[in-house]
Amino acid sequence: MKIDIILAGVGGQGILSIATIVGAAAIKRGMYMKQAEVHGMSQRGGDVQSHFRLSDQPIASDLIPLGKADMIISVEPMESLRYLPWLKKDGWLITNDQPFVNIPNYPDFDALKAELAKVQNCVAINADQIAKDLGSARSSNMVILGAASPYLQLPYEEIENAVRENFARKGEDIVNVNLACMKAGRELAEKK
Amino acid sequence: MSKALFLGDEAVAQAALDAGLSGVYAYPGTPSTEITEFIQNSKQGKAGEVHSIWAGNEKTAMESAIGMSYAGKRAMVCMKHVGLNVAADPFMNSSITGANGGLVVVVADDPSMHSSQDEQDSRYYAKFALIPCFEPSNQQEAYDITYYAFEMSEKFRTPVLIRLTTRLSHSRSGVERKAERPQNPLNIEKDPKQFILLPANARRHYRKLLDKQPEFENDSLNSPFNKYIDGADKSMGIIASGIAYNYLMENFEGGNCPYPVLKISQYPLPTKLIAKMVDECGKVLIAEEGYPFIEEQVRGVLNRTGNIMGRLSGELPRDGELNPNLVAKALGLPDTYGAPVPELVVPRPPALCVGCPHIDSYTALNKAMEKYGKGKVFSDIGCYTLGALPPYNAIYTTVDMGASITMAKGAADAGLSPCVAVIGDSTFTHSGMTSLLDAIYENTPITVLILDNSTTGMTGGQDSHALGVLGEICKGLGVKEDHIHRINPLKGHLEENVAIIEKELEYQGVSVIIPTRECIQTLSRRMKKQQAAKK
Repeated sequence: MKIDIILAGVGGQGILSIATIVGAAAIKRGMYMKQAEVHGMSQRGGDVQSHFRLSDQPIASDLIPLGKADMIISVEPMESLRYLPWLKKDGWLITNDQPFVNIPNYPDFDALKAELAKVQNCVAINADQIAKDLGSARSSNMVILGAASPYLQLPYEEIENAVRENFARKGEDIVNVNLACMKAGRELAEKK
Repeated sequence: MSKALFLGDEAVAQAALDAGLSGVYAYPGTPSTEITEFIQNSKQGKAGEVHSIWAGNEKTAMESAIGMSYAGKRAMVCMKHVGLNVAADPFMNSSITGANGGLVVVVADDPSMHSSQDEQDSRYYAKFALIPCFEPSNQQEAYDITYYAFEMSEKFRTPVLIRLTTRLSHSRSGVERKAERPQNPLNIEKDPKQFILLPANARRHYRKLLDKQPEFENDSLNSPFNKYIDGADKSMGIIASGIAYNYLMENFEGGNCPYPVLKISQYPLPTKLIAKMVDECGKVLIAEEGYPFIEEQVRGVLNRTGNIMGRLSGELPRDGELNPNLVAKALGLPDTYGAPVPELVVPRPPALCVGCPHIDSYTALNKAMEKYGKGKVFSDIGCYTLGALPPYNAIYTTVDMGASITMAKGAADAGLSPCVAVIGDSTFTHSGMTSLLDAIYENTPITVLILDNSTTGMTGGQDSHALGVLGEICKGLGVKEDHIHRINPLKGHLEENVAIIEKELEYQGVSVIIPTRECIQTLSRRMKKQQAAKK
């Protein structure tokens, strides 16, 4: 069993937290994990990405080969498209559809949507709205994690436990709202 | 023993602590910064009173580490690849003195220059200094190698270099730790001449270093970190060092490569094993991250050794980092590629944060420079380097730490006027002070802006040595007091700031203007901490 995921977004959107949570769940199962990230640009509004690899066999490369990623999980729509060369033919692209516009030449949003529609297996949801409705605007990354969860090959309860552990020190309320966001994302993805 | 997740950098740090480290000396530099930060934040480090305060620059860091080694304790020095250029003087001469307490130099290279001015390969420095070098291929190896490196350093009484690269430094995986070993006691070596490099001594020591070379090579030959894995298909053999080994193995299901493979993670090169491969295989592919260091040596100047493929012959690109696809191509395997990036996807370059004090500084500087035209602002390395990009387009040079001031001086000597230098507070204490002294000594007409945001910003907000003392330092160096100005880089002060800069641009001597406002990232983190503490 192996799963290779490209995590994408803009600095400050919490994509690395997704890796931390899934990683914790995987390590508990005795799985091998590698997670490569690029540091430094996150503070400055630059694009951020992480190569996240899980397997029941030892993993060689820290970087996912082009055309071999099972999934792209993104919290920003334009960023999700940046990694198409890595996505395998029937791979899944799971992304927030709310643009983060911090550059003057950000593409037209309808054109972006059209490109997303071209991807064979794509789940694009308004994670920002879902998170906001549940009372935690900053947890849209958890909504996206939920939307990706059906394809992660990990039991959902184990991911939930990892979420609990990750947010434990922030208190019961924070744990619960994050679980709720994740659940909402999952339900939406399962419908599609 | 269970595994915990560590970045490559963190694995090195943990191993050093477990090996009984007494001090880490470093200057922030991507991708090495996390090594020292890990030790600074470590309970184990605090309990052991391991020295871990940031040094002013890599040279002072290296020298302090040599001092700790002199005293018998284990010391580690950390830096990025260009930092080794700064540490080169003590580094090179520490191989002549040799070590007493274990002395390990960890350098993190940056192939593809993700955040650097070049992609120089630190393995050359180890070879230049005639000392052993390690190049771990994964996080577990980074741990094991670091743990062993201190032992080896003390066994052979030599400093040792560990070479990392970005994709290992900043990648996380499971690592098993070894048993913790206590720190060394204070112990000054009985030979009083070991560390005195008067020529008479130095000649003897150099001879000793040369005599150690066969021992180093023997250690490489028998090293668990170098492996000759035989293969049935001898039409090709592959030499792969460091993380290139991973990229090679990624291309074979279950890591079952049919060709003989020589994995190299310890230098000097295990010559016998290389000879075996060249003799037994039809052709040899050399996959290494960085420069064609191994390839050059195997080819030799006559380039008549076997049928060698690599970066120099084009099977692998000469520049940039490797990845599994590039290695697949070199192996003649089918290339894999997903869909192309749609044209509408545009770059999202890093930019100065909203509210950054540098924005206000550049706004004022640009206004003051309007009448003088372009090309007269010399800058340096830090967040403020982003001032080269639109919409600021404020600076015209970035070469190395501290170069802003000295280049401005050189250009002024050539007759260019006015000449402005823009440098950060941490860069200034790193290597701007001696540059400024040169200009003061000759009363060169330059205007220096020291952007004081009270931090080493680009690398994540580490403490700056200049905290609160910049004005005093400049005065002490000899800048005339009425030509030192502290200004407030805020919108409301734009006009007065422009006026001050304009006045100093006209002054035919050394002026220092210090825009002072805390970095908004460190400020915001500080505020959050305070709020959390209140709760």
